Amino acid sequence: MSSKLKILVPVKRVIDYAIKPRINKTQTGVQKTGVKFSINPFCDIAVEEAVRIREANKGAVESIHAVSIGPTKAQDVLRTSLAKGVDSSTLIDVGDAEVEPLVVAKLLRKIVERQQSNLIILGKQAIDDDSNQTGQMLAGLLGWPQATNASKVVVQGDVVTVTREVDGGAETISAQLPLIITTDLRLNEPRYATLPNMMKAKKKPLEKLTAADLEVEIQNRLEILKVEEPAARSAGVKVANVDELIAKLQAAKAL
Amino acid sequence: MDPRVRQLYKSLLWMGRDYPYSRRQGIKYFRTKLHRAFMSQSHLQHELDIIRALHRGEYVIKELEALYFLSRYRAVKRSYYD
Repeated sequence: MSSKLKILVPVKRVIDYAIKPRINKTQTGVQKTGVKFSINPFCDIAVEEAVRIREANKGAVESIHAVSIGPTKAQDVLRTSLAKGVDSSTLIDVGDAEVEPLVVAKLLRKIVERQQSNLIILGKQAIDDDSNQTGQMLAGLLGWPQATNASKVVVQGDVVTVTREVDGGAETISAQLPLIITTDLRLNEPRYATLPNMMKAKKKPLEKLTAADLEVEIQNRLEILKVEEPAARSAGVKVANVDELIAKLQAAKAL
Repeated sequence: MDPRVRQLYKSLLWMGRDYPYSRRQGIKYFRTKLHRAFMSQSHLQHELDIIRALHRGEYVIKELEALYFLSRYRAVKRSYYD
């Protein structure tokens, strides 16, 4: 007798992958006005995996819930997730504040308790801050097993077998529910949210909360001192003949 | 207007929002091309011809989905795995 899966998928709204971020004038972060935002690619893979688990295991999944922490506009990524097959969603509105992974994990813990989730699928990292911490911290707070960087997930009743991407190979682990999985790039190929599905998604529930509703204080422990562009690569030179090339190489101590 | 044609046009226009900006300014370019493609087929009268054109539209949708998936996959792969 196996318990039904209640999957929770946290998603993040980030600057679109195709946009080259520009650093703002005060050098405290990147420009966020007038740029395209979309769902974090790794979160998209997590949403897809949750939907695929439901499609592969008929009747085993009770619900798929998406949650996003961010500004009011993060609704858009929740709507996209709903269009892809998520059942319900929660937006935790924190305004424009940057929220650190520990606070995100604390907020998510409250949502896990509210939703009674037993499987959490997260993107391994967001493409804006590249922290790669939230899933691990959430596992620590909840005291659950975690399978990070998953490239294959198989659910059989209460036992989940996950293949992980590790340096130079794959590692297969299995664990009982509840479990936290963070997704790697090669896990699956996310589907596209079509227009009819987006229209249907408007009828699906989207609950709005604030951090205060969940009794979590947003307190950042890190201070950003400075954000800089990487140094530009210096231009190369053309050499006229072999002698000049050898002279240059000797000057650079390459010979 | 045939409701199937309208539905196809709307779907394609929706997908155009994600058309890569690096390729000729994204949606602006996409919209003109899309409109031109539909207008060029506006003379079709026979049901069979219209169905054939609709199938071609469906094919373009699939191609666009593949384009978007691949361009994102490759961009992420380039920045994190190579």
